[in-house]
Amino acid sequence: MTALTITGGRIIDPANAVDAQQDLHLLDGRVLALGPAPEGFVPEQRLDVSGQWVLPGLIDLCARPVPDLPRELRAAAAGGVTSLCVPPEINPCIDTPAVAERLLEQVRRAGSARVHPIGALTRALAGEQLAELAALQEAGCVAVSPGADTIADSRTLRQALAYAASHDLLVMLSPRDPWLHRHGCAHEGATSTRLGLPAIPGIAESIGLARDLALVELTGVRAHFCRISSALSLPLLQQARAHGLPVTADVAVHHLHLCDTDLAAFDTLCRVDPPLRGAADRDALREAIDQRTIDALCSDHHPLGADAKRMPFPQAAPGMAGVETLLPLSLAAVRDGRMSLERAIASLTIEPAQILGLPLGTLAPGAAADLCIVDPEQCWTPDATTLISGGHNTPFLGRSLRGRVTHTLLGGRIVHQLDAHTRQAP
Amino acid sequence: MMRPTAPDDAPPLRHLLTTDGLSRPQIVSILDLAESFLPVGERAVKKVPLLRGKTVVNLFFEPSTRTRMTFELAAKRLSADVLNLEVGTSSTRKGETLLDTLQNLEAMQMDMLVVRHAESGAADFFARHAAPHVSVLNAGDGRHAHPTQALLDMFTIRRHKRDFTELSVAIVGDVAHSRVARSQIHALRILGVPDIRVVAPRTLLPTAIESLGVRVFTRLEPALRDCDVVIALRLQRERMQGTQLPSESEYFRHYGLNPARLALARPDAIVMHPGPINRNVEIASAVADGPQSVILEQVTNGIAVRMAVMAQVLGRAPARSDAA
Repeated sequence: MTALTITGGRIIDPANAVDAQQDLHLLDGRVLALGPAPEGFVPEQRLDVSGQWVLPGLIDLCARPVPDLPRELRAAAAGGVTSLCVPPEINPCIDTPAVAERLLEQVRRAGSARVHPIGALTRALAGEQLAELAALQEAGCVAVSPGADTIADSRTLRQALAYAASHDLLVMLSPRDPWLHRHGCAHEGATSTRLGLPAIPGIAESIGLARDLALVELTGVRAHFCRISSALSLPLLQQARAHGLPVTADVAVHHLHLCDTDLAAFDTLCRVDPPLRGAADRDALREAIDQRTIDALCSDHHPLGADAKRMPFPQAAPGMAGVETLLPLSLAAVRDGRMSLERAIASLTIEPAQILGLPLGTLAPGAAADLCIVDPEQCWTPDATTLISGGHNTPFLGRSLRGRVTHTLLGGRIVHQLDAHTRQAP
Repeated sequence: MMRPTAPDDAPPLRHLLTTDGLSRPQIVSILDLAESFLPVGERAVKKVPLLRGKTVVNLFFEPSTRTRMTFELAAKRLSADVLNLEVGTSSTRKGETLLDTLQNLEAMQMDMLVVRHAESGAADFFARHAAPHVSVLNAGDGRHAHPTQALLDMFTIRRHKRDFTELSVAIVGDVAHSRVARSQIHALRILGVPDIRVVAPRTLLPTAIESLGVRVFTRLEPALRDCDVVIALRLQRERMQGTQLPSESEYFRHYGLNPARLALARPDAIVMHPGPINRNVEIASAVADGPQSVILEQVTNGIAVRMAVMAQVLGRAPARSDAA
């Protein structure tokens, strides 16, 4: 029996339309009640979080806890992320139940976050032979995916989606036309023209999305579109919803803040896939969250060593570390005024939970006590001393961010607590 | 005493990576200094002692004859010690990273790195990671920039035309893959050229080329009308088949610079090409060898301009009277 009361915080729980200063009572790893303590409840511990916000633990739809899994899960906890989906294209590829089970076993030992593996749709993600999807599902995969490179052959993808639909599996798709996407490393526009970088046009995404939506309609599969980056994709998503297709979409939080002009000095930290798009795309994506065209925000966390980025831009590995900056960057987008706080928090909690069909992302009585407690005003600077992740590959390194996670609870257990003296730091 | 080559409004460059963002005085001071170096090549003893004791490394990851040779000649005429390193891109893939290569060369106490690489941004990469005493000159990086080529082109134009602010310049050919074209466009704009035209089929033009401040033509004849300067770009052989162009002969029929088309330009128009030329692909022999061609002059000027850049960047630029 462990009983804990969190007092003085502003509870923000979009799943239950709660936004109020209330006490939160936890018992045995679950939420017991909000507000006054239930009769006979005697907490063993009280946590006073006056001035702070208490949110459901964040659910990150795409994060790669590599190469050091325990360390990256601690980083996730430091970012307030209690659940993270791991895409199949890590090494080893999640294309057999054994790989998924071993990953989950490592996660159990690390114990600082929940991990939801996404299985490979085809063996080795080669786009040829179906992986054992039902077995992957039984091993704990919450969804399946063709990987970031998608499947070029529409006939193969059609079969794979139809098979996934038969097992009621969610499919996570990164829409792209592989031929338009393949050789580029930057968004096609004035910046790529000026820098002479091989470019990826916005239509590389919308053409891929149009094809994928047609196949979703044909096969009836539940589909989630990952890391939408182009404004051209938004009307297609709206149309699909209007036709009643069971589709959802997310965007990586860095796409709400950065655009192609940020790579003007060949900053390899800004090399991501899909690429940073134009300023108009960035602004449209922010609005799309408020308009519910985009459902969720993710970090697309991809820690990389310094060598991977110490290359001429086209040769540098794409990817950005982001699990620890997910919440502050989301809150910054709220302060910039294009997104409501309620929508931002929902897109990090209940929305991804519903996409995955998991009973998380809520503070309803009986729910798992996964919590993220954040000091919304505290400024901090991501750097080698403050980041826990082994990946320092973020252009936000050295930039002051507002909003710092002070406590993270996983099933009622404190898995991250900000050092008291660090909290005092300006 | 002549005026210094780097007046207050033109701070000397540490690196030369691109023409994008240079100021007009910076360009003009390089061109002025190059002017003073031009006679050096005509003397019996073609040397000045400005860079004596300095070590210049030509690090070429892409094959090049003329650019590497003129950089080498420029450094030697300035009395520098020159080291040439031709590295196939494959050999760095075998193990040594670009950073390792850079650090090894720094350990050999080089003062200047002249680098050519197939990837856009490679020169910026070297400049970002170079030790503080090392200067980097971009001898061409991917499709991004080839600033000394553009400066020697400006130098050549200036020797033939009175005033940049009255010129119409047409750049013909594969702009999409051309670092030369990008660097020329920036330099021409900085020098005040009011009418810059690019002409090629749409497959050879970057989507957002208009954003660089040029007018786009897809047909050659209207683009050449009343031009003062016509620059033909080299068409890489591998682009001539496939999806960008159907054939060499179709390209030459529609975009090749021949005497009849050149007649549409102003009678005193000059014809330029960064070389090496593909005869009867982008330019007819009659034009390349004709009276309006300044193609070989560009090569000669290239040495003087590269001398000027090296002298300025290594901070040894003297008053012009000393150099000449």
